[in-house]
Amino acid sequence: MVWTIATEACLFVYLLFSFVYLGAQQRGPWPPQGPLSLSLALPNTAILLLSSGVYMWGERGIRRGSQTQLRVGLLLTFALGAVFAVIQGIEWHSQSFTAQSDAFGSLFFTITGFHGAHVIVGLLLNAVVQIWAWRGTFTADRHLAVTNAGLYWHFVDIAWLFVFATLYLSPRWM
Amino acid sequence: MEMQSTVSDAPTETLRRIWETPSGIYGQLATVDHKTIGKRYLVTAFLFLLIGGLEAGIMRAQLTRPGEHLVTPEVYNQLFSMHGMTMMFWYASPILSGFSNYLWPLMIGARDMAYPRVNALSYWTFLLSGIFLYTSPFLGQSPNDGWFAYAPYSLGLYNAGLNMDFYALGLIFLGISTTVGAINFIGTLINMRCPGLSMSRLPVFMYGTLSASLSIVFALPALTVACTFLFLERRFGMHFFAVEHGGSAMLWQHLFWMFGHPWVYVVVLPAMGMVSDIIPVFSRRPLVGYGFVAGSTIATGVIGFAVWIHHMFATGVPMMAMTVFSGFSFLIAIPSGIAVSAWIATIWTGRPVFKTPMLFSLGFIVVFVIGGVSGVVTAAVPYDWQVSDSYFIVAHIHYVLVGINVFAVMAALYFWLPKITGRLLSERLGRWNFWMMFVGVNIAFFPMHVAGILGMARRVYTYPAGVGLETVNLATTVGAAIFAVGILVFVVNFLWSIRRGALAGPNPWDAATLEWTTSSPPPPYNFAVIPTVGSRDPLWEGRVIGEAPSALALRSTLFSGPVLDHGRQTMTTSAIDAAQPVPQSMPADSPWPLILALAIAATCYGLLFGAWWLVGVGIAGTIVALAGWLWPTALAGTPQSDPVTVGAR
Repeated sequence: MVWTIATEACLFVYLLFSFVYLGAQQRGPWPPQGPLSLSLALPNTAILLLSSGVYMWGERGIRRGSQTQLRVGLLLTFALGAVFAVIQGIEWHSQSFTAQSDAFGSLFFTITGFHGAHVIVGLLLNAVVQIWAWRGTFTADRHLAVTNAGLYWHFVDIAWLFVFATLYLSPRWM
Repeated sequence: MEMQSTVSDAPTETLRRIWETPSGIYGQLATVDHKTIGKRYLVTAFLFLLIGGLEAGIMRAQLTRPGEHLVTPEVYNQLFSMHGMTMMFWYASPILSGFSNYLWPLMIGARDMAYPRVNALSYWTFLLSGIFLYTSPFLGQSPNDGWFAYAPYSLGLYNAGLNMDFYALGLIFLGISTTVGAINFIGTLINMRCPGLSMSRLPVFMYGTLSASLSIVFALPALTVACTFLFLERRFGMHFFAVEHGGSAMLWQHLFWMFGHPWVYVVVLPAMGMVSDIIPVFSRRPLVGYGFVAGSTIATGVIGFAVWIHHMFATGVPMMAMTVFSGFSFLIAIPSGIAVSAWIATIWTGRPVFKTPMLFSLGFIVVFVIGGVSGVVTAAVPYDWQVSDSYFIVAHIHYVLVGINVFAVMAALYFWLPKITGRLLSERLGRWNFWMMFVGVNIAFFPMHVAGILGMARRVYTYPAGVGLETVNLATTVGAAIFAVGILVFVVNFLWSIRRGALAGPNPWDAATLEWTTSSPPPPYNFAVIPTVGSRDPLWEGRVIGEAPSALALRSTLFSGPVLDHGRQTMTTSAIDAAQPVPQSMPADSPWPLILALAIAATCYGLLFGAWWLVGVGIAGTIVALAGWLWPTALAGTPQSDPVTVGAR
C-alpha cells in the first residue's frame, strides 16, 4: 500500500510540474481569466481535511475495541467525502472555461479529474471497509483494512492540499 | 515452534501437493507459481527481441545501398518506432523481470514472491499490452514518431490515424504491468528473505533490480502523465503540447525524459547485477568490492533522476540548466567506473574459467566501456550539439543497450537456463554464439559512429549516393546479419539442449548462492526446509582463500530447518537483518489476475476505437475482478503485526 501510494503521489508531482511549467512558459496572464475563485474551493478543502480527522478518530476507536466509534467515524468520513465530491462537481460546472478552451482549462480539468477519480476510489474503499465494520469483522488487534483504507484516504487528502495550493493559490503570487 | 527437519526427512510429498499447480487449462491460466511466471516472461520477452530484430533487419536491408526503395518512408517510420518501442519496453525490461521472477525466491530461500497474484497480473498485462501494440501493424497504423514520440508530430493535426493512440494507450497499459511488478520486487526484497540473509549478503543482481524498481515507482508516472495528456489532446480536443493554445512541445520532452533516463537504468542495472554475480563464479573467488558495487548500483539509480536534460541539449534550454545537467551526466560515469574496476579486479585476482557465461560477461565489459565512453563525450554540450540526432547517438545507444542488456542477458541465459531446464547448453555452440554476436555488434555499430560524424541523420529512410556513406552502411548491414545469425545459434542451442543437453544437477558451475542448493529444475515448493544463511557465499563457506576455514565453515544451515507444511507457507523476516522469522501464509492459484488484465485490455481497445460500450464493459470487469480478488483474503483478516500483508497480494 505504501509503495502504491508513493507511485500515485509521483503521478501528482508530474501533473503539478506540468501546470507550473506551462504557467512559467506563458506570455499572457496565468490563468488567462485571472485567479480561480476560492468561494467554493476553500470551504471544500476544510471539509476534506475534516474528513481525514474524523477517520483518524474512528480508527482510534477500533484500536481501543470500540465498534461504534469506528462505524460512526467511517460513516462521517464517507458523508464528508461525498459532500466534497458533489461540491467539486458544482465547481466544475461553475467555471467559465472548458477543458478544450486552452492549456489552462485542459490542465485544470485533467488534474482535478485525476484527483476526483482518487476521491471516488477512496469512497469505494471506505464503503467496502464499512460493510465489514458493520458486520463486526474488525477487532482491536485485527483491523489492517481500516489502516490501509485510511492511509489511502489521507493520501487523497494531502494530494488535494498540493493541488489546491498549486492551482488556486500559487497563481495569486506568481 | 515450527516443525524442524532435514532435507532428506522433509515431507516433500505433502509440500508438492500444497504447492503444485494442477495440470489442465485452468491451472495454466490461474497459476501464481513464480517459476512458471518467470519462464513465461523470459519466453515472451525473447519473442519480442526476435520481432524487434526482424524490424531492424528490414531497416538494415533498406539502408544497405543508397537510394533504396524496399520500404516507403511511412513504413520506415513505423519500423523504427516499433523497433525502439519493442526493444526498450517489451523486451529489455521484461526479460530482466523474467530472471528476477524466476530467481529471486530461489536466491532468498523463499517459496514465492511477496505478492504472487500481483506477479501473475504483471505477466498478463505485459503479454496483453504487447498484443495490443502489435494489433497496430495489422491495421497499418503502427506508432510512427520514434520511441520517444516528440510533439508536435505526435498530435492529431499532423498524425491523424490511430498510430499514436496505440503508442499512448499501449504504454499506459504496459505501465500497469511494470509498476505492479516493481512494487512486488520491493516487497519481496524487504520481507521475504530467509533468516540470516541480511541486506549485506544479497546477490548484487537483487540490488540492481531493487534500484530499477525504485526508479520505476518514482519515474514511470511521468510517462503515464505524458501519454494521458497525449491521448486527451489527440482525442478530446484538449491542449497540452500545441503552442497555439498555450501548450508547449517542450513539456512532452521534459516529461518523457524525466521518465526516459531513469528507464535506461531500469534496463541496465539488473543486467549489471547479473554480471556482477556471474563473474565471481567463473573467477573462482568472491566479488571484489561488493559494498562498492552494490552502493554504486543505488547511486546510479539516484543520479539517473538528475540527467534528463542531456537528451535536450539541442532544444534551446538555458545555458545554466545545460551546465548543471552536463555535470551530472559526467558524474554518473563514476559509479559505472567503480563497477567496471571491481569486475576487472575480480577477474585479475581470480583464476578465471572461460565458459560461455564468462565469455559473454567479458564481451559485456568491452561493449559497455565503448558505449560508456561515447556516452561521456556526448555529456559535453558542444559535442552533443554536433552529433545530436545523428547516427553517432544511434551507435551510442546500441553499444550501451546491446552491451549492458543483451550481452548480460545472454550470459545469464547460459548461466541460469540449466537451473530452469535442468540441462546444460552446448559449450561448442555457445562459443560460436558468443563470437558471432561479439564480432557482429562491433561491425554493425562501430561504423555508425563514423556515419554520424559524417553527418548522417537518424530516422531518415535512405541517403544519397556519393557522400561517403556507402561503406559504413554496408558494414553495418553485414554486422547486423552476423549478429542475427548469432542469436539464431542461441535459439538452436536452446532447442537442442532441452532435449539432448547434459543433465545439470543442482550446481553445475560450483556457484555459491542459494538457488544452486535446489534441484534443477527446482520442485514446486523450491526448498524442502527453510535455510538459514550465515555468509554472502553460503556454498563456498570454508573454501575461500585467505580466510580461516573454521571462521566461515558451517555459518549457514542450508539443509535443515523449519518445514512449514501447514498450507502454503514461507518465512518472512525483518527488513535489514533478516532476523525474527515469522511464518507467512501465501495465496493460492487464482483466476482474477487474468480476468483483471483482460478487463484492462478491453478498456484500452474501447478507448482506442472510441467504442464506449467496450470501455464500460472493461471498467465494470475491472471492478468485478478487483472485488473478487480482494474479498476472501480480506474477510479472513490478517494479523496487524505482519508487515507483508500490507497491500493486495
